[in-house]
Amino acid sequence: MLAKRIIPCLDIKDGQTVKGINFVNIRNVGDPVELGAEYSRQGADELVFLDITASHEGRKTFVDLVKRIARNISIPFTVGGGIHELRDVDTLLCAGADKVSINSAAIKNPDLITEVAKNFGSQVATVAIDAKLENGEWTCFLNGGRVSTGKKLFSWAKEAQERGAGEILFTSMNHDGVKQGFANEALAELSSSLSIPVIASGGAGTMEHFKDVFTEGKADAALAASIFHFHEIAIHDLKDYLAGEGIAVRRSI
Amino acid sequence: MSVVIIKYNAGNIFSVDYAMKRLGVEAEITGDPDRIKAADKVIFPGVGEAETTMNYLKEQNLDVLIKSLQQPVLGICIGMQLLCKSSEEATSKKVDCLGIFDEEVKLFIPDAQTRKVPHMGWNTIQASDSPLFKGLPQDPYFYYVHSYYATMGRDTIATTEYIHPYSAALHKDNFYAVQFHPEKSGKMGEFVLNNFLSL
Repeated sequence: MLAKRIIPCLDIKDGQTVKGINFVNIRNVGDPVELGAEYSRQGADELVFLDITASHEGRKTFVDLVKRIARNISIPFTVGGGIHELRDVDTLLCAGADKVSINSAAIKNPDLITEVAKNFGSQVATVAIDAKLENGEWTCFLNGGRVSTGKKLFSWAKEAQERGAGEILFTSMNHDGVKQGFANEALAELSSSLSIPVIASGGAGTMEHFKDVFTEGKADAALAASIFHFHEIAIHDLKDYLAGEGIAVRRSI
Repeated sequence: MSVVIIKYNAGNIFSVDYAMKRLGVEAEITGDPDRIKAADKVIFPGVGEAETTMNYLKEQNLDVLIKSLQQPVLGICIGMQLLCKSSEEATSKKVDCLGIFDEEVKLFIPDAQTRKVPHMGWNTIQASDSPLFKGLPQDPYFYYVHSYYATMGRDTIATTEYIHPYSAALHKDNFYAVQFHPEKSGKMGEFVLNNFLSL
């Protein structure tokens, strides 16, 4: 049976994971490759590396990092952040990334999704959507959440799918960082209306929240950052718990 | 031991190379017929579309070459599908493939319970007693990304269930093939790659 996926997300600045991550059993938590390998050993199903560097030098460092990840880590990984055009996607895939996550650039230029799917296949094209529930409607925001786009979550996700997106990564800005659970109602509606997988992001605080996002939220995968970085939840414990709740998870790692 | 990864117009070849390096094996990536023929082991990987890649193989005369190989060959993902009899992944809905295996490649048709295609993520295999799966635990998980599947037949050595059961792996003579990506399947994938290298 197809397993529900657990995906830790690492923010990268100038080639290093951003500070504040607290791990006792690895030497250099600042090194994304070491941290990624540790998550892989714990049973992470995929990894997401988001480049939050703005500078040109930082971008080059990130591409070098992607090469190191590809050489050292034997599970699939997605990279995102700073992707503006097809050439950026080409660079990251050639460096060894399995998928790219496109957010603002897809909203500003939806043809980019079409081009990525046509040139590299839908399986590499993850479209990330940050949305906020306002006045009863889910509205998409640009990266960082300060700029409203006027696009609506469900119609934009549908359009992304039609343009060739392989997956939708939906972050609820209402739930992100609050640790009170995922946006299960919106996720369920999204998952039911699409024929591509949905990755849920924003709101993970307890193991029960993961159970809920897979059952009530009908998500195909769940992404989280801080609860893994700060050992609030260990991935193997989470998988034991989910298996006990009757949810298919990969435990032979 | 010399290992060749066949270079052709399909993606994902570098991932296999990296996986080989993690196992301490320096593989050669080449489309040169003489180098391919001379290798101890041949890997035929890739992510791509069946008709386009099949046409490319024919233009390069790689179709005849691959069929003539005598050493152990491992097809991965589209590599496995191209080793089958035919594929529905074509503008005319059918393209003849290399025909090593008798099985046909068909498009997943979603049903009420399983609506999502491609089949993407980790799924288990039920493996038969093949040297390719030596040492694996019960119901091991492997990573998949595909919209087309090989039917089950006499060459099937492992099955996976998505919408319905299908061939997760095939074997005939010196030809082995897996639908999943061992190069992206963590420890389980390393087992399979190591087993292939030990054939």
